[in-house]
Amino acid sequence: MAGAQTHRLGNGGLVDRSAPLNFRFDGKAFSGFQGDTLASALIANGVKLVGRSFKYHRPRGILTSGSEEPNALVELRTGARREPNTKATTAELYDGLEAASQNRWPSLRHDVMSVNQLFAPIFVAGFYYKTFMWPAKFWEAIYEPAIRRAAGLGRAAGVADPDHYDKAWAHCDVLIAGSGPTGLAAALAAGRSGARVILCEEDFTLGGRLLSDGGTIDGVPAAEWLSRTLAELADMPDVRIMTRTTLFGVYDGGTYGAIERVNDHLPSPPQHQVRQRLWRIVAKRCVVAAGAIERPIVFAGNDTPGVMMASAIRTYVARYAATPAKRLALFTNNEDGWRTVETALGAGLQIAAVIDARPEISPAHRSLASKGGFPVLHGSVSGVDGGKDGVRKIAVSLTGGARAEVEADGLAVSGGWNPAVGLTSFHRGRPAWRDDISAFVPDGAPPGMVAAGAANGDFGLGACLSQGFAAGAAAARDTGHSGIVGTAPAADDEAFSLTPLWHVAGKGKAFVDYQHDVTASDIELAQREGFESVEHLKRYTTLGMATDQGKTSNVAGLAIMAAVSGRSIPETGTTIYRPPYVPVAIGAFAGHHRDETFHATRLTPSHHWAVEQGAVFVDTGLWKRAQWYPRAGEKDWLESVTREVKAVRSGVGFCDVSTLGKIDVHGPDAGAFLDRVYINTFSSLAVGKARYGLMLREDGIVYDDGTTSRLAEDHYFLTTTTAKAGLVMQHLEFCRQVLFPELDVQLTSVSDQWAQFSIAGPKTRDLLREIVDPSEDLSNEGFPFMGVREVALRGGLRARLFRISFSGEMAFEISVPARFGDAMARNLMLAGAPFGVTPYGTEALGVMRVEKGHIAGPELSGTTTAADLGLGKMMSTKKDYIGRVMAGREALVAPDRQVVVGIRPTDRTRRLRSGAHIIPKGQTPGPGNDQGYVTSVCFSPTLDQWIGLALVERGRERIGEIVHAHDPLRGEDYDVELCNPVFYDPDGGRQRG
Amino acid sequence: MRIVCPFCGERELGEFTYLGDTKPVRPEAGASEDEVFDYVYLRDNVAGDTSEYWYHGGGCRAWLKVTRNTLTHEISSIEPAAGAGAAKVDA
Repeated sequence: MAGAQTHRLGNGGLVDRSAPLNFRFDGKAFSGFQGDTLASALIANGVKLVGRSFKYHRPRGILTSGSEEPNALVELRTGARREPNTKATTAELYDGLEAASQNRWPSLRHDVMSVNQLFAPIFVAGFYYKTFMWPAKFWEAIYEPAIRRAAGLGRAAGVADPDHYDKAWAHCDVLIAGSGPTGLAAALAAGRSGARVILCEEDFTLGGRLLSDGGTIDGVPAAEWLSRTLAELADMPDVRIMTRTTLFGVYDGGTYGAIERVNDHLPSPPQHQVRQRLWRIVAKRCVVAAGAIERPIVFAGNDTPGVMMASAIRTYVARYAATPAKRLALFTNNEDGWRTVETALGAGLQIAAVIDARPEISPAHRSLASKGGFPVLHGSVSGVDGGKDGVRKIAVSLTGGARAEVEADGLAVSGGWNPAVGLTSFHRGRPAWRDDISAFVPDGAPPGMVAAGAANGDFGLGACLSQGFAAGAAAARDTGHSGIVGTAPAADDEAFSLTPLWHVAGKGKAFVDYQHDVTASDIELAQREGFESVEHLKRYTTLGMATDQGKTSNVAGLAIMAAVSGRSIPETGTTIYRPPYVPVAIGAFAGHHRDETFHATRLTPSHHWAVEQGAVFVDTGLWKRAQWYPRAGEKDWLESVTREVKAVRSGVGFCDVSTLGKIDVHGPDAGAFLDRVYINTFSSLAVGKARYGLMLREDGIVYDDGTTSRLAEDHYFLTTTTAKAGLVMQHLEFCRQVLFPELDVQLTSVSDQWAQFSIAGPKTRDLLREIVDPSEDLSNEGFPFMGVREVALRGGLRARLFRISFSGEMAFEISVPARFGDAMARNLMLAGAPFGVTPYGTEALGVMRVEKGHIAGPELSGTTTAADLGLGKMMSTKKDYIGRVMAGREALVAPDRQVVVGIRPTDRTRRLRSGAHIIPKGQTPGPGNDQGYVTSVCFSPTLDQWIGLALVERGRERIGEIVHAHDPLRGEDYDVELCNPVFYDPDGGRQRG
Repeated sequence: MRIVCPFCGERELGEFTYLGDTKPVRPEAGASEDEVFDYVYLRDNVAGDTSEYWYHGGGCRAWLKVTRNTLTHEISSIEPAAGAGAAKVDA
């Protein structure tokens, strides 16, 4: 059992003393209770030192009790689940929790890097730019790694995250951020109106400041009102309350981002559950009831462990029954800070003194002081004597110049409150300055959003309740809900009085941004060096750039800049606010889109059969395609592919080509439509015939190719490349709907409806006759090259048969409804067995297309014209089509363009590789004589050597010329001969046979 | 961002694909190279309301003409783009 909780009160608070939890911090065992955060449990155990600062490695303690915490960042959990920079103030305690402090070595108490404090003069604002300038090569080798080791936060786990993250959508009428008095009042009003409500609360307990500050609402204690209100909300079926959920971003059209920490409060997520869930919430209205953040005052030693925000001390004492100090001093410039005195006295703590920067304090507080027996000092804290063991003494500059000292082991600080203006400012909104509270408040908000209560600069409990209620009712009304809302909960407003105080001059480091170690003197230096604009200030000093995004530091930084530059705070202005409001794990944004589920996977109709065959698959876009089918004893892919090609060329093989895009084009104007989108003519294509077509982009560059068949007078069947299937559909719809509305034509994507197989080789007809009904005439006369027809298969199934060839062999493509694809593959194997049928994959397909000189993806590169590809003659001169005019531009018809040509190495044994540059023979390779590059290569089993296609300047005029192939990436240089790109059966006799 | 498709109702941005300005109209078949060049390449860079093509590829496959403010992303009108880019042929 871990040690006693020495700083835990005997009773009170919202922790469950019957549920003790054991945990470890830096290896040491402690215990806390259910309902604790890691921070409150550490405080209950008397732990003051929790981390080392970013640059100077100064000892740091817990400053706040919420997500604004800059100091108490820990590595939470261990191993693959280790998460750096986790705020101890929001991490829920669980049994077995393990946390470690960050940025220290060898230990938190003895950190050798704290010598950085001695070198503080070089770590001033802009020190990266000033200090590590030369020699330049030192930056990557020495400076950067050294800085990264010394200055930094926690360590990433370094291994894959074992947890799952989810993404989800939610829709509502009224979205409410925050469950304090404002948010709950808004939820009551909106819920009673009948609106669909979602309330997000980042804490694990609902109530906001009510949990710490109490009060009286509708004549009853706040706790009683809270439980009554939560019960009423729980009974409303259309009110959804999401705890552990932070609204972090506002996007266009009423879309909000929220992160739900579903299982962060457990050691690891239960089986089949996610760690976190990223919500996109679509809301017609949003009420921001995110409250306000108490701000520190900048004075020397204000980062000493034991110096805490006054409101945080109230939270630790009242909500967690944990006492951060035994003898507490308060430094305040406003009325609200005094509430900490009341709470502390109520819990039996000693008050050492109150240092109040205001000229006057109320008689009530004066009498509280005399009753409590502590002095009230008018003045400011000018220094703190203490260190890693906490505060010992506090130096006070009294108004009038005298000095005083206060002995205390804790110092509560209250510099006033800053409304949480993040959410309302995310659409580049600039908050407005309000003099009466010396704070920025929302000035407008994104459409549909309104701030209420403390987030709107109205801090009193009564104002929060009435504003929240009114905002909730109005939001519900705006969305068409008019149920009876009743009356708003009522409470008195606390007295408010504040004298602005940002910075107390004094000797020693006075921190503005705790997390990035930005001091008041850094801001003064930035101003002297000309970085006066707030955006420059931010980047030069890194003020407000850390994981807390300056929640406790930005306004103080602006105020100090305003003072030294002689401007007002509103003139100085704020930096742009951007989401996320709190750090969100990249894993949550990715959700399930990782690893093999990064994107959807499409399987061909014969996929499972191919798996049984032991095929090796390749990802082509979303598709898994069989790349080759290895057989026992084959030593590598080349051997398998060579076998497949030889089998096709000498016998028969088949390949699943279902991945091609398929589009049905229907209507009386189908032919006219195709004439406008292809460079060649389709209206003249006879029914029962297929034709190869080429499409251009409107700028004259080739877009896509494929065969299109005419199945009936008013019905064409168009195919696209696999890669462009979706894009061509989109393009054709644009042409149809936007450009050519007068044409009576309809497009239907049927890519997924048809399974299509290419059957190729001299024995194709032998195989097909086993599949197709004997009555079908497959002879050259009965089914000529480029013929298309529906045929009956043995057994009665209807199929489409296309006599087209990509391989250059006698070939057909057969197409059956996709659900018969698997059966078709099995039948082809069965029926083809006597002919030695061989399934082949995309590699063999590619080899045969290069042998045949067909263009494919590498040549359809988005830079080539039809003429570059040797297809210039297809460009009709008798009609208009997409890309026609632009294709005629001077540079696109220039005679020295790089055009497709065949290549083969002069050394027959040499392997070719794509990407090698073509240089005239005898010249030294360089950009000036680069004449093109190799686009596609393969080992041709037919020619028993490597061959390729290349884009070469004037290539077709240079057939027979020996040029140089230069491959600087692989360090290869060799000669190749330019040749006819059709290596195999150039007159096409085989495919027509 | 949300787009109210006239056929499918309010849908999320991810269902749509952006193309660009609807202002250029495809010139007639006999147009000069300069005219076509302007159609293909010339676009205004508007700070304010623009009319642009969006494709509802994740839904009904309709091309839409959307008036959007480039400063605020506010959408003020959405209609089917039928014929919006067609050459104006004199009757």
